[in-house]
Amino acid sequence: MMSFEKIKKGVLAGIWFIFLTFPIMVIRVNTVENIIEWRWINMLYAGVGGFFLSIIWDELLRKQEANKNKAVTGEMPILQRMMENPSVRLPSIIGLVIFVCAFPYIFSMYQTNIMISALIYIMLGLGLNIVVGLAGLLDLGYVAFYAVGAYSYALLNMHFGVNFWVALPIGAALGAICGMILGYPVLRLKGDYLAIVTLGFGEIIRLVLENWNAFSQGPSGIANIPRPAIPGIEFSLSQATVFIYFMMILLVIFTIFMVHRLENSRIGRAWIALREDEIACQAMGIDKTKTKLTAFSLGATWAGMAGVVFAAKTTFINPASFTIWESVMILCIVVIGGMGSIAGVIVGALFLILVPEYLRAFSEYRMLVFGAVLVIMMVFRPGGLIANVRKTYQFKSSEI
Amino acid sequence: MDYFLELFLGGLTRGSIYALIALGYTMVYGIIELINFAHGEIYMIGAFTALIVASVLAMLGFNHLTILILASVLAVVYSCAYGFTVEKIAYKPLRHAPRLSALISAIGMSLFLQNYVLLAQTSDFLPFPSLIPDFDFWEPYAHIISSPELVILGTTFCVMVFLTILIKFTRIGKAMRATSQDKIMSALVGIDVNKIISITFIVGSATAAIGGVLIASHIGQINFYIGFIAGIKAFVAAVLGGIGSIPGAVLGSLVLGWTESFFTGYISSDYEDVFAFLFLVFILIFRPSGILGRKETKKV
Repeated sequence: MMSFEKIKKGVLAGIWFIFLTFPIMVIRVNTVENIIEWRWINMLYAGVGGFFLSIIWDELLRKQEANKNKAVTGEMPILQRMMENPSVRLPSIIGLVIFVCAFPYIFSMYQTNIMISALIYIMLGLGLNIVVGLAGLLDLGYVAFYAVGAYSYALLNMHFGVNFWVALPIGAALGAICGMILGYPVLRLKGDYLAIVTLGFGEIIRLVLENWNAFSQGPSGIANIPRPAIPGIEFSLSQATVFIYFMMILLVIFTIFMVHRLENSRIGRAWIALREDEIACQAMGIDKTKTKLTAFSLGATWAGMAGVVFAAKTTFINPASFTIWESVMILCIVVIGGMGSIAGVIVGALFLILVPEYLRAFSEYRMLVFGAVLVIMMVFRPGGLIANVRKTYQFKSSEI
Repeated sequence: MDYFLELFLGGLTRGSIYALIALGYTMVYGIIELINFAHGEIYMIGAFTALIVASVLAMLGFNHLTILILASVLAVVYSCAYGFTVEKIAYKPLRHAPRLSALISAIGMSLFLQNYVLLAQTSDFLPFPSLIPDFDFWEPYAHIISSPELVILGTTFCVMVFLTILIKFTRIGKAMRATSQDKIMSALVGIDVNKIISITFIVGSATAAIGGVLIASHIGQINFYIGFIAGIKAFVAAVLGGIGSIPGAVLGSLVLGWTESFFTGYISSDYEDVFAFLFLVFILIFRPSGILGRKETKKV
């Protein structure tokens, strides 16, 4: 099977990797004590690794190319085909419901906490999906609205004793207002100019929170934020965690419901149309300004809400939780899952939050592997895990 | 007036540093419309290579000039090699994929390279030897602008002139311009598009490496994370000037450098970045495609 050509290519790749990794991996200098450490064994790893990886890489790329050519259009992915079948569909939904309900009782509190984070990210992902996936506006500062939500609960609670249930809609509303405020000036911008302005906006919010000590207590953050509670019932810590978990499940279901309804509404179709072709869209009489602004503010609403939950869950927030990496992470969730698809965002969030958690087994190699996984995922599935299937209408001859 | 001059020159130096990184961003963007998130990491790897080479040579007892030349040359060579490889692995298979997928791939590559250096080297800040010598003849003016700063300014200027000549007057530059306008058409007239894209990455990486060496020896310390912040700032500068345009990248960087410098000097250093970003938003609202960006007209 292995032709001479392939082996030659692999050997060349191995040599190239040896050259490439030589200064960084083989030499380590200790500038304090003036010692050079030579780690020749790493050279061997690089060479052998390069050889095998390049052969596997080429093979996979060739397979993908072959698949692309023979791909039959109109064929649904296997998962979706399975779900269409009622005898598979019903049990799997029941199984999922049971699993979700039993989760906090089967697994430890640590696992439940990770799951709550994943659920928060699902909410964020679904919100950003409105802006990026549906309306096609690349937003790199989404975390700003998340911060707005979190800080609105923390500050309102600190100064006025506002409880969680009141703060939740307020956080959402403040998020929406900030979305409008950001959305208005950037309407004229396109593509990467939009991305960079939203990035700037995110950074401005973070830096203000960090420096304006009188307002936000600066980098030290705000502590002792109360967890959500039902009046009259005292929760222990583990009970509170379980409570937040179920509350998050309900919120996520609510989000999915809303986003799904939005997607198929008049405004949702307007977003998709705007993403596909702005000029044609305007010619059809869609108000560009209004449509874009609603996308921004509705997207930000979910971030504001998720922020309130985040503050209540961790009971402590500081500006370090709202860096640009957070925005990038949420964007990764949307793209890896499959832009514009709700199921995709859910899978993407679970994947991106849970994989680094369970990669803890690799300890320090965790982020290295994670970066590589991102690249590999995108190279082999550029459309995301679950690509959005556009609605198509099929005409059957018998109906005519 | 002296204070003004000091801030002006400080901003100029800072801007030139941003410019060296922004040039690579803008060139790559111009040709494949990709925000190359890993560009900052290439710059970081350039600085690390220079540090390692310089330390090894210093311990072997080479003289200062040899160290300077060899460290810079190897930093450039390695950065180019990394830029080339990153493009082949992470971007080339995605050339026909949605643009955001390529962006995520770039983010993944950036994470990978950061952690690669973190694991293979160290997470601590490493002291960087000052490779640029203090010139004797410059002594009388050193209170206005130090000689390393002078070298940074001079190098940026030379790199920019070199790039302008490369793009405006050479065959490769012509091919680059053609590729950035229309890839299919340029392939039809016999341009090897893949080769041109590789060359663009290599040239961009080389300027980043030069930037890396200069900045590291100016600031005096490096760690694996320096690429990210520098990358973001340079990207902002490139967009400010109009992404895809080479004079735009330099102008945007200088404007950003001056903004930061004057704001820090006259008002407050706490809100330096806030002001830089506000300024960016302000400019983009009035010139939606950057200072020197061409206005896009769309045919229907």
